[in-house]
Amino acid sequence: MEHIISVLVENKFGVLSRVAGLFSGRGFNIESLSVAPSLDPSTSMMTIVTSGEDRIIEQIVKQLNKLIDVIKVVDLNESEFVERETALIKVHTKPEDRAEALRIADIFRASVIDSTPTTYTIEVTGDINKIEAIINLLQPLGIKELVRTGRVAIAREPIRPAVAQPKRVVKD
Amino acid sequence: MKLTGAEIFVESLKREGVKTIFALPGGVVLKIFDVLHQQKDVEVILTRHEQGAGHMAEGYAKATGKAGVALVTSGPGMSNVVTALVDAYMDSVPLVCFSGQVSTSLIGNDAFQEADNIGLSRPCTKYNFLVKDVNDLAVTIKEAFYIATTGRPGPVLVDIPKDVSMGKADFKYPGSVSIRGYNPTYEGNKWQIKQAAEAIMKSRKPVLYVGGGVIFSGASEELIELAEMMNIPVDMTLMALGAFPGEHPLSMGMMGMHGTYWSNMAVHYSDLVIAVGARFDDRVTGKVAEFCPHAKVIHIDIDPTSIRKNVNVDIPIVGDCKRVLQELNQILRATVNGEHKELRKPWWDQINEWKQAHPLTYEQDPNGPIKPQHLIKRLFELTKDRDPIVSTDVGQHQMWAAQYFKLAKPRRWLTSGGLGTMGFGFPAAMGAQAAFRDRLVLCIAGDGSVQMNTQELATAVVHKLPVKVVIVSNRFHGMVRQWQDLFYEGRYASSYLDVVPDFVKLAEAYGAVGLRATKVSEIDDVIREALAVNKPVFVDVPVDQYENCYPMIPAGGCNHEMILADPPELKKKQAASAKVVGEDKDTVLTA
Repeated sequence: MEHIISVLVENKFGVLSRVAGLFSGRGFNIESLSVAPSLDPSTSMMTIVTSGEDRIIEQIVKQLNKLIDVIKVVDLNESEFVERETALIKVHTKPEDRAEALRIADIFRASVIDSTPTTYTIEVTGDINKIEAIINLLQPLGIKELVRTGRVAIAREPIRPAVAQPKRVVKD
Repeated sequence: MKLTGAEIFVESLKREGVKTIFALPGGVVLKIFDVLHQQKDVEVILTRHEQGAGHMAEGYAKATGKAGVALVTSGPGMSNVVTALVDAYMDSVPLVCFSGQVSTSLIGNDAFQEADNIGLSRPCTKYNFLVKDVNDLAVTIKEAFYIATTGRPGPVLVDIPKDVSMGKADFKYPGSVSIRGYNPTYEGNKWQIKQAAEAIMKSRKPVLYVGGGVIFSGASEELIELAEMMNIPVDMTLMALGAFPGEHPLSMGMMGMHGTYWSNMAVHYSDLVIAVGARFDDRVTGKVAEFCPHAKVIHIDIDPTSIRKNVNVDIPIVGDCKRVLQELNQILRATVNGEHKELRKPWWDQINEWKQAHPLTYEQDPNGPIKPQHLIKRLFELTKDRDPIVSTDVGQHQMWAAQYFKLAKPRRWLTSGGLGTMGFGFPAAMGAQAAFRDRLVLCIAGDGSVQMNTQELATAVVHKLPVKVVIVSNRFHGMVRQWQDLFYEGRYASSYLDVVPDFVKLAEAYGAVGLRATKVSEIDDVIREALAVNKPVFVDVPVDQYENCYPMIPAGGCNHEMILADPPELKKKQAASAKVVGEDKDTVLTA
């Protein structure tokens, strides 16, 4: 089953490779991973989409927690959450298709962020179903390039503190 | 006053109470060696290969319980020590390894002797640090020792670029550190411990399955109390040998692939398996799906990832073995009555029946070739009064040592369990000897394994580390040959060692002592002679080349389905293969 795991990590070099190395070294699956600094700039928030049986997910959560640079791990599937992904889609448009491309964008409340005589670049944000639906509709027109951010998600209740503890405490 | 990075390094080691480090110099760590050279508090043991340094640090750590320390240079120095780091990571050995690195300005430029030390060590360390600023050095060293020795212990690497060891900073060593992402759980959940106590009281057929965690946690006393109070048999993993006295009536010896018949049968037919500081390794469980099929499982471990990694657990308790057992014992002490002894009598009758049915056995013809088991048994009997520390290499001899060398106390047993690193034994023994100069340190080695690190003979001689290495010589990679006998129809692909050095002469060439026993009648004298010398000794003992190690659970087999002896047709096949192997076959025993 697919799980979205939210991982608060130290914002320093090498952390991404520790997490990625954990997944590759133990044969866990990563479907998507996104990472950027969180509210406290000394930390980053990673959103990892993975899948596996319950026993595997339990191991993934435990193994992530075991990493010293990982501060907090939340399996979002344990409660309600909302998720979004953004895609930038560069569509090849022949003159007769340009109106159709705009109509499709409109239906999905996507916006055109760049335009050339032969292409539109469309930005769309939504859950994975929406992203996949618009891709399917635009595909017949000819998609030249597609970039997706990977999914980010957040729990619907505030189950983790917005600001983490001080980075490290050194006592004499 | 400002100190150089190199001085900060040495001062920090002193604050950590480090007396001995195992090291090999190189360009980028010269400043550190220069400072080490001018002081006397930290002894530097110069090894002949960085792998040796790593294993010595491991031996030191396993014998003392403190972190072992190795210092190596960049590039090849680092890559050579990787095997020891992997080994330490698998067996949870507290190790702090310092590696040199090219100057920060050169990192990433493919400079001379540059390697990505952080990348190389990432999957085989508990944590690693690249120190980019000399001002961070002292705190980083403090954190490295803290991480290596707390929670589930493990190796930590600190990578020190040349300009960091040359640069200057104020030195202030922190008294303590805390890291927000690292908070090991020491106290077990009280409710779970109560559940465990109830399960133990009720169980008719309990087994304690104990691992190396008992030793790291220092929980032997508590373990003995629990076993004696509740009359529970104690199965030990390879890593746990010594955690419970090997000659104690409740000791079942080693369990697993080459464990005793009764220990494996007991786990299989048990109704309650109490796992303490063990991780359900495949060499213990055999076929996981059929491991202890009738039992409820209690699992006590400090590492939450160990729990439910391989088998399902009914009562998980995350915590330090010692503290959890103390609490468990306290509850049991209050509720214990004479009933459980009666309750468990049929279980013990069954175990004793198993013990009598298939004891560990071999046949030693007094005039025939030396049986390896007999050699190890005699070594045990002749040295046990001196409470020796025993290291092993990896293979058949290791399993025989585990079966026949019944250690009485923890921290006497140095072996490479998880990784199975040949060449581990000799340097590990030296590391232990460096920690305990007056103790007897033995190494039981194979002629295949020992050759992977014989260069350390020089280190043993120079640093006066009088370890006694008994080489069980069968001219084979014996365990490989055994598998070929049993599963590859006796085709000895690359397991026969056509040339083996004369170990007596090899030892002598380095200025150590070489001895040899070729007959059964010579064993005792040669062992006594070795013990009498205050020098490193290689004792070469040619043994029966075709002896196999039993019981054996074939990989992926069930624990109650052990092979107990050579299949009858095997001897014939061995004889046939012997002709293929080489014409000097009959003379190799005396080399």
